[in-house]
Amino acid sequence: MRESDLDLYEYQGKELLRGYDLETLPGIVAGTPEEAARAAETLGGTVAVKAQVLIGGRGKAGGIAVVHNAREAEEAAERILGMDIRGHTVRRVYVEGGAEIEKEYYLSITVDRAAKKPLILFSTEGGVDIEEVAETKPGAIVRTHVDPLLGLLPYQVREIVFAAGLSGDAAKGVGRTLNNLYKAFEGLDASLVEINPLVLTKDGRVLTLDSKVTVDDSSLYRHKDIAELHDVEAADPQEQRAQEVGLQYVKLDGNVGILGNGAGLVMSTLDVVAQAGGEPANFCDVGGGADAEKISTALDIVTSNEQVESVLFNIFGGITRGDEVARGLLSAIEKTGIELPIVVRLDGTNAEEGRRILAENTPENVHTEETMLDAARRAVELARDGGR
Amino acid sequence: MAILVDDGTRLLVQGITGREGAFHTGRMLESGTNVVAGVTPGKGGQDYEGVPVFDTVAGAVEATGANASVIFVPPPFAADAIFESLDSGMSTVCCITEGIPVHDMMRVADYIGTKDATLIGPNCPGVLSPGKANVSIMPRDIFSPGKVGVVSRSGTLTYQIVNELTQRGIGQSTAVGIGGDPIIGTNFIEILGKFEEDPETDCVVMIGEIGGNAEQLAADYVRSEMKTPVVAYIAGFTAPEGKTMGHAGAIVSGGESTAEAKSEALRSAGIRAATNPSEVAELVAEALGG
Repeated sequence: MRESDLDLYEYQGKELLRGYDLETLPGIVAGTPEEAARAAETLGGTVAVKAQVLIGGRGKAGGIAVVHNAREAEEAAERILGMDIRGHTVRRVYVEGGAEIEKEYYLSITVDRAAKKPLILFSTEGGVDIEEVAETKPGAIVRTHVDPLLGLLPYQVREIVFAAGLSGDAAKGVGRTLNNLYKAFEGLDASLVEINPLVLTKDGRVLTLDSKVTVDDSSLYRHKDIAELHDVEAADPQEQRAQEVGLQYVKLDGNVGILGNGAGLVMSTLDVVAQAGGEPANFCDVGGGADAEKISTALDIVTSNEQVESVLFNIFGGITRGDEVARGLLSAIEKTGIELPIVVRLDGTNAEEGRRILAENTPENVHTEETMLDAARRAVELARDGGR
Repeated sequence: MAILVDDGTRLLVQGITGREGAFHTGRMLESGTNVVAGVTPGKGGQDYEGVPVFDTVAGAVEATGANASVIFVPPPFAADAIFESLDSGMSTVCCITEGIPVHDMMRVADYIGTKDATLIGPNCPGVLSPGKANVSIMPRDIFSPGKVGVVSRSGTLTYQIVNELTQRGIGQSTAVGIGGDPIIGTNFIEILGKFEEDPETDCVVMIGEIGGNAEQLAADYVRSEMKTPVVAYIAGFTAPEGKTMGHAGAIVSGGESTAEAKSEALRSAGIRAATNPSEVAELVAEALGG
């Protein structure tokens, strides 16, 4: 089940891109300063020591160092490992060989939602923030849509290369890279492949210096090898647990725990709680057709957050059936022994039966409300009174 | 009147013998929908609740004259099921399945341009025209026939708002759930256009959420092309940036995809934008002059 698309670390993405004949510099992953020193020695010459984090802007944050020998590599790794880059802890560095750079380009392929087609962006202004280029020099970006049934056609590659004013080695190398990157985008079921910078070296090679690969996680059933790359360390442990059982869960900072069915309704429930003067502690969508087991796990995850003072359970059944939800909730309460106040609002498919089941067996801490607004207000009140 | 599905709809259910397919076929039949056939490869010749089951869509169409399909097929096979429906000449295809790979959907969306067909979804609750046809997983009891069209990216939020409309005595012409995925067959604009042309739709409710810019594009369309009043609601004011809120398409990535930015764009196009579901019903009553 999806929590969000799967971002890969630079070293993982590059490994996959090499499988599509994209040329990169040799590199070695290191988890300790000693390993980084050995890596630098193996690679020889000038190398870059790069923090591996799932967030951009490493360079600006001091997460990349260019060093000239093993001792310097060790020192750099010592400094970079354990660093916090905008909430992401650096656990590994990638030690990568050097190259003499003549020119830097930007190249990416994304899914254009509005056009429903892959979109290629190419710019001769590489190595910088592409959004900045888009604002200051929109003419410096070539934009091309690809027909997904036909794939990238040779004439489109020529158009891109000539529109960017390339010739000689650069034109050939960029053209080849474009073809290979499109194959990778398709073959990996990627939602984003980005090379920034793509560089032309002084000896005329075009190679991938830094890259980002994001894979559509709905496709992971056909990419078992990529699914295994999912980094469990990087995720919040509760978010991780939710994902394992197929719940959509996002942790927030408030004190009203929120469960519901359907992404839209849960998002709206968060908004209504905020409007009622409360603060949502999370977003938790139990999804369609949730059974007792799933509701129990969801309740457990939501209430394991110490900040939570009350829980709002908002169900509007469609594919989900109200009677199953009610039974699930009762058995979950029994199983988890939860004593926090729980406000339940139940509507839709089999809701009457569900409400009857709840009315017959309601434990003291369960409160039912007729409408979403009333339920939100009640949950906020109960949280304010201090649920625990 | 109604859009997309009505009493002339002859419905085929792909995946009719699966858990969800079977349950909702029963409910669609109870709503009086003309379900003429089901398809489950390998189970041709059986029947479900009196509905004949076929091995292929083409076979089902030949035998029953089905003209619309609803798909309850698991994600790995769902895009293929859509292609099969399109190639069998269906005019309306409604795909309920959640979790279809985005690359599969790009190919589907590309192919559909060569066909005279409308695809609703995927990852959607379907289409329901109260009293006429129910091609959906929506709880039919909350609906009442009337003159308000509803179009939404979210299933449960559709139910919430339809329920509030009905409780205020405001009926619906058709409710369409277009789905919460990044790539969907039919977007807001196409549905808004159909409602604009429908003489029996007097007001349209548009329910959006964070992520993408579909609502802004719809706002431009409403401003320039529509006379029918539109009331909108965007969910996700409290969503943090960079987190996927359940729907694959619901992620704040850049300023234009926030609920605030979208509500603002809607308001500047003269659309009444509510801040919660209850307010939607109030604004609709106001738009209808009630």
